[in-house]
Amino acid sequence: MSILIDNELCTGCGSCVESCPYGGIEIIDNRAVMIDKCNLCGACIEACPVEAITIEREIIEKKDLSEYRGIWVIAEHYKNEIHPVAFQLLGKGRELADLLEVGLTLIILGSDFDEELNSFAKYGADEIIYLKSPKLKNYYSDLYVQVLTELVQKNKPEIVLTGATPTGRDFAPRLAKRLNAGLTADCTGLDIDLYTRNLLQTRPTFGGNIMATIRTPNSRPQLATVRPGTFKASEYVKRKAKIRKIEYDFKEKDSVTKIVKVIHKHKEKVNLEDANIIIAGGRGVGSKENFKIIEKLAEVLGAELGGSRVAVELNWLSQDRQIGQTGKTVSPKLYIACGISGAIQHLVGMQNSEIIVAINKDPNASIFSVAHYGIVGDLHEILPTLIKEFMKTKIVD
Amino acid sequence: MGDKIQIFVCIKQVPGVQEVKIDPKTNTLIREGILSITNPLDKNALELALSLKEKHGAEVIALSMGPPQAEEVLREALAMGADQAYLLTDKVFAGADTLATSYTLSLAIKKILKDSKNKSKFLVFCGTHAIDGDTAQVGSMIAEELGIPQITYVQKFELKEDRIIVQRTFRKEEVVIIESKLPSLISVLKEINIPRYPTMLGIMKAYDKKKITYLDSKAINAKENKIGLKGSLTEVWKIFIPERKGEQIILEGTNEEIARKLWTNLKNDKII
Repeated sequence: MSILIDNELCTGCGSCVESCPYGGIEIIDNRAVMIDKCNLCGACIEACPVEAITIEREIIEKKDLSEYRGIWVIAEHYKNEIHPVAFQLLGKGRELADLLEVGLTLIILGSDFDEELNSFAKYGADEIIYLKSPKLKNYYSDLYVQVLTELVQKNKPEIVLTGATPTGRDFAPRLAKRLNAGLTADCTGLDIDLYTRNLLQTRPTFGGNIMATIRTPNSRPQLATVRPGTFKASEYVKRKAKIRKIEYDFKEKDSVTKIVKVIHKHKEKVNLEDANIIIAGGRGVGSKENFKIIEKLAEVLGAELGGSRVAVELNWLSQDRQIGQTGKTVSPKLYIACGISGAIQHLVGMQNSEIIVAINKDPNASIFSVAHYGIVGDLHEILPTLIKEFMKTKIVD
Repeated sequence: MGDKIQIFVCIKQVPGVQEVKIDPKTNTLIREGILSITNPLDKNALELALSLKEKHGAEVIALSMGPPQAEEVLREALAMGADQAYLLTDKVFAGADTLATSYTLSLAIKKILKDSKNKSKFLVFCGTHAIDGDTAQVGSMIAEELGIPQITYVQKFELKEDRIIVQRTFRKEEVVIIESKLPSLISVLKEINIPRYPTMLGIMKAYDKKKITYLDSKAINAKENKIGLKGSLTEVWKIFIPERKGEQIILEGTNEEIARKLWTNLKNDKII
């Protein structure tokens, strides 16, 4: 299994060298040559303008994957509340399930959800499977893996989705390993190739500089963890779901680890993920003092305040307000980016917003490429006018 | 090895991605001047192991899989104070996804344990994730391969004879204190400690006295269909630099005109 270069076709143009994230290809004597840093990722294949590069894959015997059907979403909870990422995944899951013409199932492992189950139907699931045990009030890696392995093996879903949270990212890899199933971490895009029924899982890699689309062509189920805030929950008023309850009688010794204590801290005041409007500032704001005008706009619009990594690093803003690859991922209805140049690490955290407004002095700033409305100019002059005009329209209304 | 606890630390060599930039003209990666480094969180894992060595006399074994030049990160680990270093390197390991990587690493751990006649007196430490791939999957998968408990996202760690007591962060407002036993696998967050720098003496030892053991697929007795690209169930179908084209409207005019246009548009879009 290797990358093959056709010396007849290769023109030595070097496109492949530029595309390689690992530095695994060089131009020697005007021809591309693979060196041992190659990780077989295949970026060069796409980049080659003359199709001189191919990857030699062994032909794997096509397995019959047709017994696997349906999409599952595994929920997690905290203080008896389902983490919203489960409902967001049901929103996307409904779309994928309709494409594949299969059912959508919500899986909950817990102890106190009997009464609420019916109310979850509105998020789009056809079926809710509730795995109940007093012990499952808390999260145990090994019990989750054990219970979910049995359930997957019995019911054979083709896709299993869960949140890319410290909980999801704890049990999903172990579950994947036990099932010998492919798992893609921290996806920010999901789609279906209808012909193969493959899940196309897109995720940022190399600190968000590159996007990779991953698929699991020869095995099922296909597992993926998805970053909270990537998709939106939908509500369907009249939907009903079939409810299945399975009770477990777990004892203390059934888990190899023991929870000594759970410490609850104060809940974060900042809730960017659920905000309808976010006003964010970046380097262009200039100083902590200057941030006040952004705060003022946020105040009149009833918006949350956010910022780029630079703004947080310069202490203009607290860490919990950082948006982007190393901060939060948000998708509000309105995102106003003030003095943010739009490094890709920032864009991956906000590009799913419904409407993006960019205000920047530099007309070439990359933030404009994702913006719906662009304003080229000095934010210190524009923001006060925006506030003034907004107050006027409010009075007219 | 007698009574000493063996601590395996999994280390990955990664490109210093914070410096990876895109050339806006050609829309390609600028690779010039990018150095390969030790994955930062793996240094925290190593620091934890070294602090236990100082306190309890453990043996610290650094382990990496990668091309021959990944030797550099193991030299650094030795210079920081690791006792042994193993590099899993073989052309057939290339293209591994997390399933194949964890299989390969766990076979090496099993081999080293067997050679030192150690059955259960060991720990495996990893960083929660690597900064290049950022999957955070290999740790849990190694624990599954070895059949030992895992505790991920750890910010505090304490060893009491054969028990370990750790703090795991689930979310900002919830920390759970968990008790487990030897053997266990731990993945650490950067809050757990501040990694030390190698000393001059350490660096000299790392190049002079200590050796790196190379292991290929035969040495660990790996099954051909479980390693490298062949042993991977996920495949990279497409790698691309995100296209950022939208249909944007640039609002022009005086500041007042711009402001009015924006609010009218947003009202028409039913956003405000």
